[in-house]
Amino acid sequence: MNFANLFRIALKALSNNKFRGFLTMLGIIIGVGSVITMLAIGQGSKKSIQAEISEMGSNMIMISPGAERRGGVRMSAEDMQTLKVKDFEDILNNCKYITLASPTVNASGQAVYGANNTPTSVTGVTRDYLDIRGYKVKDGDIFSDQDIHTSAKVCVVGKTVVDELFPDGESPVGKVIRFGSIPLRIVGVLESKGTNSMGQDQDNLMFAPYTTVMKRIQAVTYLQGITCSALSEEYTDKAIEEITAVLRDNHKLKDDAADDFNIRSQQELSSMMTSTSDMMSTLLAAVAAISLIVGGIGIMNIMYVSVTERTREIGLRMSIGAKSRDILAQFLIEATLLSVVGGLIGVLAGIIAAYVVKVLLSYPIAISTGSIILSFAVCTVIGIFFGWYPARKASNLDPIEALRYE
Amino acid sequence: MEKEVIRLENIKRDFKVGSEVVHALRGISFSITEGEFVTIMGTSGSGKSTLLNTLGCLDTPTSGEYYLDGVSVRSMNKDQRATLRNRKIGFVFQNYNLLAKTTAIENVELPLLYNPKYSKKERQEMAVEALKAVGLGDRLEHKSNQMSGGQMQRVAIARALVNNPAVILADEATGNLDTRTSFEVLVLFQKLHSEGRTIIFVTHNPEIASYSTRTITLRDGKVTSDEYNHNVLDAAEALSALPVEKD
Repeated sequence: MNFANLFRIALKALSNNKFRGFLTMLGIIIGVGSVITMLAIGQGSKKSIQAEISEMGSNMIMISPGAERRGGVRMSAEDMQTLKVKDFEDILNNCKYITLASPTVNASGQAVYGANNTPTSVTGVTRDYLDIRGYKVKDGDIFSDQDIHTSAKVCVVGKTVVDELFPDGESPVGKVIRFGSIPLRIVGVLESKGTNSMGQDQDNLMFAPYTTVMKRIQAVTYLQGITCSALSEEYTDKAIEEITAVLRDNHKLKDDAADDFNIRSQQELSSMMTSTSDMMSTLLAAVAAISLIVGGIGIMNIMYVSVTERTREIGLRMSIGAKSRDILAQFLIEATLLSVVGGLIGVLAGIIAAYVVKVLLSYPIAISTGSIILSFAVCTVIGIFFGWYPARKASNLDPIEALRYE
Repeated sequence: MEKEVIRLENIKRDFKVGSEVVHALRGISFSITEGEFVTIMGTSGSGKSTLLNTLGCLDTPTSGEYYLDGVSVRSMNKDQRATLRNRKIGFVFQNYNLLAKTTAIENVELPLLYNPKYSKKERQEMAVEALKAVGLGDRLEHKSNQMSGGQMQRVAIARALVNNPAVILADEATGNLDTRTSFEVLVLFQKLHSEGRTIIFVTHNPEIASYSTRTITLRDGKVTSDEYNHNVLDAAEALSALPVEKD
């Protein structure tokens, strides 16, 4: 008895009961379909978060003052003042794995122009910052190194600020606005970046020379952070080592003292932010996998009924020369066909459902070939696993008893 | 001397029913040569079903030797017997046992599917030939549920013929048919017999016996008579003698 013949026999037996076969498959279809859809949604949200993070800048390393925060322990104000301008200069000049670096000093307040005003924040930076974070100047130009040197009262503004302060469509470049009590001349307007995945407006901001923000607006001598860019992604770890060495040296920390600063790379941020969506997709897939098992039990149930119902047929096949293993193979193939064909339809249904989700809910989706191959393999295993017991039962029938079965 | 197709030597078959042992066959010996048309008669409980199962290699005797076409069956395992049934035996059942919703040709080629020797084309050709032999050459694609009882039994006979078996075993093959159709089937069996086939017909109907060449009667697991029939009736004549039914 060759496999092709057995396959033909199984196919024939299934086609005699198409509707029942379809109902049996439905369990598998729903199971596989939901696995595919859930994984597509999970993967999609993960990918969109990752895209969002890489949009923030490339190979970014963020240094913040103070030791690593643990639990709810509040840091003293002194701890937050450990980063100085010299740290920034040393990092930029002495770390060979760092290409760009910029200090950051933040101030929130009200921007005013004529009768219009808007709440916003101004970040003191160097020119590098815009490159690290991927901001581009659309109109005018960015402030110069000279402006940084002289703490010039100039700024670059985001689109939201422009829209609020210049509702009539006036060109803002060259105009002088006030931030709090400090007048700042607009030298450039940023290209819009839109909102990020967390709903933050990335255009409601202003950039000014860090010296201006430190001296004229905040009147502080420390930095709130340093943002750097590593040579490339694989040098991120080396760059972090270098920065750590420079900062520990600058801060005169003893060997056994803990760092008084905190370094995070973009990769860490990315894995931190995707861990939630990873967990969600694992949970969704687990629920979907359970429905796949339920589908498998459905197959077992139907195959079991089918064996009882077709006892006479089994007896006949045995009497005309089918061996036990032929009967076993026939019923196993039937069960596997049900689950594999069900799986195939399920994959299609899952892809369609994922696209429906994408179109109707404008949710990001990503269908991975891995999930398709996986659910297909699982289907085959389920077919064999749940088909085994009924097939075994069929093959163990005594032909004499089976022929006499009413 | 003619070839011996079946040879039974003191066949005994015991069944255990609960704590009791039932002796279904109590030492049966006979042999059947090629081309015989044998009727095995017996009332229910006589052991004829057990004998049929033994002859059909579905069951193995408790003791005694059974040679089918010169091969000893008793020492064979399940798979070997399955292959032997596939090559040497054609079964015809009382209730036809055709596959539902399946065409005549597919039903007939079924035994060949379990023999890897035959290609798809050969199976088709052999099935068509067998169906022509039973007079159903024009109903190849009819499904089993579109046929009458007589037609279904003829498909079943074609299925028994298709592997060119050493012996055809018919179990009450006319039991579910009306008188006219029964005679039609008997005509067919006589035709196959005249073509040289060996046929064993198990029945409790004494009428059938007069159309066969030899009658073996069983009672309580023993052969009580084994007679050659010197005056074989012609089933075709009996069929034409039947009153024509009018609706």
